[in-house]
Formats: sequence, C-alpha cells, structure tokens
Amino acid sequence: MNTVLRIAGVTKRFGAAAAVDGVTLDVRENEFLALLGASGCGKTTLLRIMAGLEQPDAGQVFIDGKDVTATPPYARPVNMMFQSYALFPHMTVAANIAFGLKQDGLQGDALAARVKEALGAVELDGLGERKPHQLSGGQRQRVALARCIAKRPRVLLLDEPMAALDKHLRERTQMELKALRARLGITFIVVTHDQDEAMAMADRVAVMEAGRVLQIDTPLALYERPANARVARFFGNINLWTSSSKTMALRPERIRISHAPLTDGVSGTIENVVYLGTATTCFVKTAAGQTLRVSVPHAEGAQAFNQGDAVHLSWPASAVMELPE
Amino acid sequence: MKARSFSTTVLSFGLAFLYVPLIVVMVYSFNASKLVTVWAGFSTQWYGELLSDGQLLGAAGNSVIVALLSASLAAVVGTATGYALARFGRFRGRAILTGTVAVPLVLPDVIAGLSLLLLFVALEQAFSWMPGRGIFTIVIAHTTLTMAYVAVIVQARLVGMDRDVEEAAADLGAKPFTVFRLITLPMIKPAIIAGWLLAFVLSLDDLVIASFVSGPQSTTLPMVVYSSIRLGVSPKINALATVLIITTFVLLALAAWIGRNTLKSK
Repeated sequence: MNTVLRIAGVTKRFGAAAAVDGVTLDVRENEFLALLGASGCGKTTLLRIMAGLEQPDAGQVFIDGKDVTATPPYARPVNMMFQSYALFPHMTVAANIAFGLKQDGLQGDALAARVKEALGAVELDGLGERKPHQLSGGQRQRVALARCIAKRPRVLLLDEPMAALDKHLRERTQMELKALRARLGITFIVVTHDQDEAMAMADRVAVMEAGRVLQIDTPLALYERPANARVARFFGNINLWTSSSKTMALRPERIRISHAPLTDGVSGTIENVVYLGTATTCFVKTAAGQTLRVSVPHAEGAQAFNQGDAVHLSWPASAVMELPE
Repeated sequence: MKARSFSTTVLSFGLAFLYVPLIVVMVYSFNASKLVTVWAGFSTQWYGELLSDGQLLGAAGNSVIVALLSASLAAVVGTATGYALARFGRFRGRAILTGTVAVPLVLPDVIAGLSLLLLFVALEQAFSWMPGRGIFTIVIAHTTLTMAYVAVIVQARLVGMDRDVEEAAADLGAKPFTVFRLITLPMIKPAIIAGWLLAFVLSLDDLVIASFVSGPQSTTLPMVVYSSIRLGVSPKINALATVLIITTFVLLALAAWIGRNTLKSK
C-alpha cells in the first residue's frame, strides 16, 4: 500500500520538555488512522506538525514522497479540522466553505458547485446562508468538516472531532465519519483520547505516551497482541502480574469461572461483584492471594455469582500474554 | 438594606462630584444674562452668537481636522503595533516595544508637548522641514499620543481571540496577508473603531500638547477657549462647552457600546 504521509524521526520541544520525541510513522493511502493517548502525550502537537502549524526541531515530514518540512501550512495538501471548529464567525456557512476554495482560485459556478457538493456531503443542504452562531454544535462540526473536505485534501486531520458533542451524537458521528472517509477516498488522521472511539473508527491506531508511539496496529492486534504492558493497560481492563521478572497479562473475558471444580483450575473467593449491563465483573481472590478480574457474560441460563462464593477459575494457556513493560 | 443605602449614597456623591460642574455649565449656557454667574432666565442666544463667531468656528474646524487625521493615523499605526505585540511571538525588541507603547499613556502632557516641540524645532533647523509648524505638527503629536491607546485596545482584543481561526484560514490555503485582511481585520474591526473614537476624543480634548506644537495659523478649539477665559468669560463659551461635552459623551458612549458588543459576540 502507498504511503501518503511519512513522519521521519520528528522531535518537537517546548522549553525543556519534548512534546514529540523522535516519532517515525507511515500513514497509508486511504486509511483511517487514530492517534490515541492521554492528554499531554503529544498527539495534537504531532497533528499540528503534519498540518505545518508547528515546526519540528528535528526530523522530516513527507507528503507523497516530497519533503514538506519547510512548507508553510497554506501550501500543504492537507487540511485540519480544529477541536474548536475555528469557523469564521463573520462569514456565512457557504462563505466559510468557499474560503478555502477561493484561495485555490476557484470562482463563479465552479465555486458554487463545490460549495453545494460539500454541504450535501455533510447533509447541511439549505443552511448555507446561516451564520455559525445560528447553528447547533453538531451542525457547526459538520460545517468545519465540509470546509475541509471541499478542498479535497490528500490527508484530512481531525483534532478531537467528538470532544464538543453530546454522548448520543458521538456514536452516530463516528459511524458517519467512517462512511464519509470510505466514500471520499481521503486519508483521515484523527486525534483522540478515547480508546473506544479510536477502535470504533480507525483502521489502525497509534498509541502514544510521553511523545513516543508505543505501538501502531489494527484495533484487534492492539487488543489481542499488545506490544507491552502500557499498551495493554490502555485497551480495556486487564489482569497483570509479575512472574519471574516478566509481566504476564490476561484479559478478564478469557477466564472461565465456575462453582464446580475445574481441571487445571485455581480456586478462590469472590470479593466483589459489579454489574455492568452487558456483563458482570467478579473480583476473585485466589488461594495464592492474587486478585483477578473475571468478566462473566450474561448468557441465557448463566449461573449467578455472589460475593463470598467459593469459585474455581481456569483459562487456556494461550490466553496468557508475556509482555515487556 | 442599610448596606445598600450606604452604597447608593456613596455612588450619588461620586456621580455628583463628577457631573455637577458639567451640569452647571450646561445650565448656564442657556442663561439670558451677559454675566456668566447671574441667572436671568432661559435663552438660546449664546448658541446663535457661537455660530456667528468666525474665530471660534475656525478653531473648531481646525480641531475636527486634527482629530480626524490623527485618529485615522493612530488607528493604522496602533493596529499594526497591537498586532505585532499580540501575534509575532517573541521577536527582537518585543520587551522594549511593550514597555514603550505604554509610555504615552502615563507621560505628562507637558513633557510630551515640550519634547515634541524640541523635535520639531530641531527638524526645522536641520532640514527646514515644517517651517513655523501648523496643523500637521499637531496631527503628528496627537498621533504619537493616541496610537498607544489604539495599540492597547487592539492588542487586548487579539489576545482574547482564538488563534485557531487564523490558523484555520492559513490551513485552508490563505497566505499571511490574506489571513490578516479577510479574517483578522474583520474580527478586530470593532476594537479599531473603538480605538479610533477614543483617539478622536483625546485629540479634540487636548490643550497642552497642541499649545506646544501649534503654529500661528493653527489654533485649536481648546486653545481658543482657554485664552478667551483669561480675557473674561463670555456665556458663549458655556454654549461651546455644552456642545463639546455632548459630542464627547456621544463618541465615548459609542466606543463603549461597540466595545461591549464585541465582547458579547465573542
């Protein structure tokens, strides 16, 4: 697959602290990539470096094989959707969308057609004459999106696109973004701190911590084969323990739990039961003194587990992952 | 309840302290008597006399021209300065510029007037530039004073404004000057207008600096008023003062209203 954007050994310091620390990253043509990490991990800085809004202290940025490290933002074939949306408050929706196209020299009917097309793509037909302050939060987000995709960039950068949306709107917007990306055939790079959001939307996820990329892979691979304990911890709850100076990891849903004794089982007592709707989590203290988190799905006719029950646990040997820290 | 009536009393005294002298002048401008301090019934005759006084009207014309020109120059220079301070990051000499911009705000007018006079005299001797001084030297002097106010207002507006919007414009393909012209300028326009109005009022109002740097043919209104008072006060001056007070109030109210609307739309 073609590489559309390449980050090569990029470092960016603010004062003494490195916001981005020697990151190398290949973004493939037509993929949906998520940069995932807690706030302050450098993901937004990396996005701004891609857009040309920050200059890296070291390293290069390539777009379609061309070194664009010194290229100013207005000359790069990438567009960015800001977390604040950054709409032009003194312009109508249509003028906001037309702004970027006019910079490319488009005018007249061609310009009007592209604005209409962009409005249609985000289902805002007929709202072109409104001012940004007359729109709802969700509509403003769509205007910001339309303003970017109207330019038909090589890469669309999205900085926390869901941050300002209501919870119920988020899931729908995630699906819509995914569908829009497939329809437009533009590479999307989204910055998020929410692992569920990253897994729901992205083809690949780059997990970042302290300015470095810990692992970049598909959501499935990150969950099933995390490169280290820090990545494993990021994706869902996981049982971690040390065994002869190695970190072992075991997903709670891979553990079988039963009142009856199991072959190769470990016995223990349920310390706590947490009902989570889709499943129940039992915290089991084993005879060895270790507390394991066990996820029990609510299957038809499933046994009920209560606090204080004596239980037996077992898991396939292949479910235990040995991870570097 | 008691605390409230106390604060109301304090407020009334404060307002009275500020506005009673102005109200007295306004009331006496409608006095029929020739004696400024003796009330002899209502009359608008002094407004009529004011309109037929060539010297006063000429001076008023000078004042308006100076105020228009210096406010416009101050708006341009002040906006550029405010923009540089708010947006150019840590450039060379930024600390010096930040410090010096505030100087005209606190510098005594006498000192400002004197130093500008010395400068103009020196320029005249060295280059025979601006012989005898005139309206243009007052315009320059007022611009140096009022541009600081515009710069401070514009800078405050820019600091309070999200940089995202300008960055988004650049990201959408606009070169720096286009960003300034199409995005920044419309967004700081209210601040520039408020600064212009303030500069206009300050210039219209100034006696001290204008007295230092004016030439024989360029007397401004405050200078005429001041000198005529020394020769004995005519009630005409009260009428003139009333007109000036109302003009100033309207312009300041306009500046405040625009400033407030700017904050609201943010």
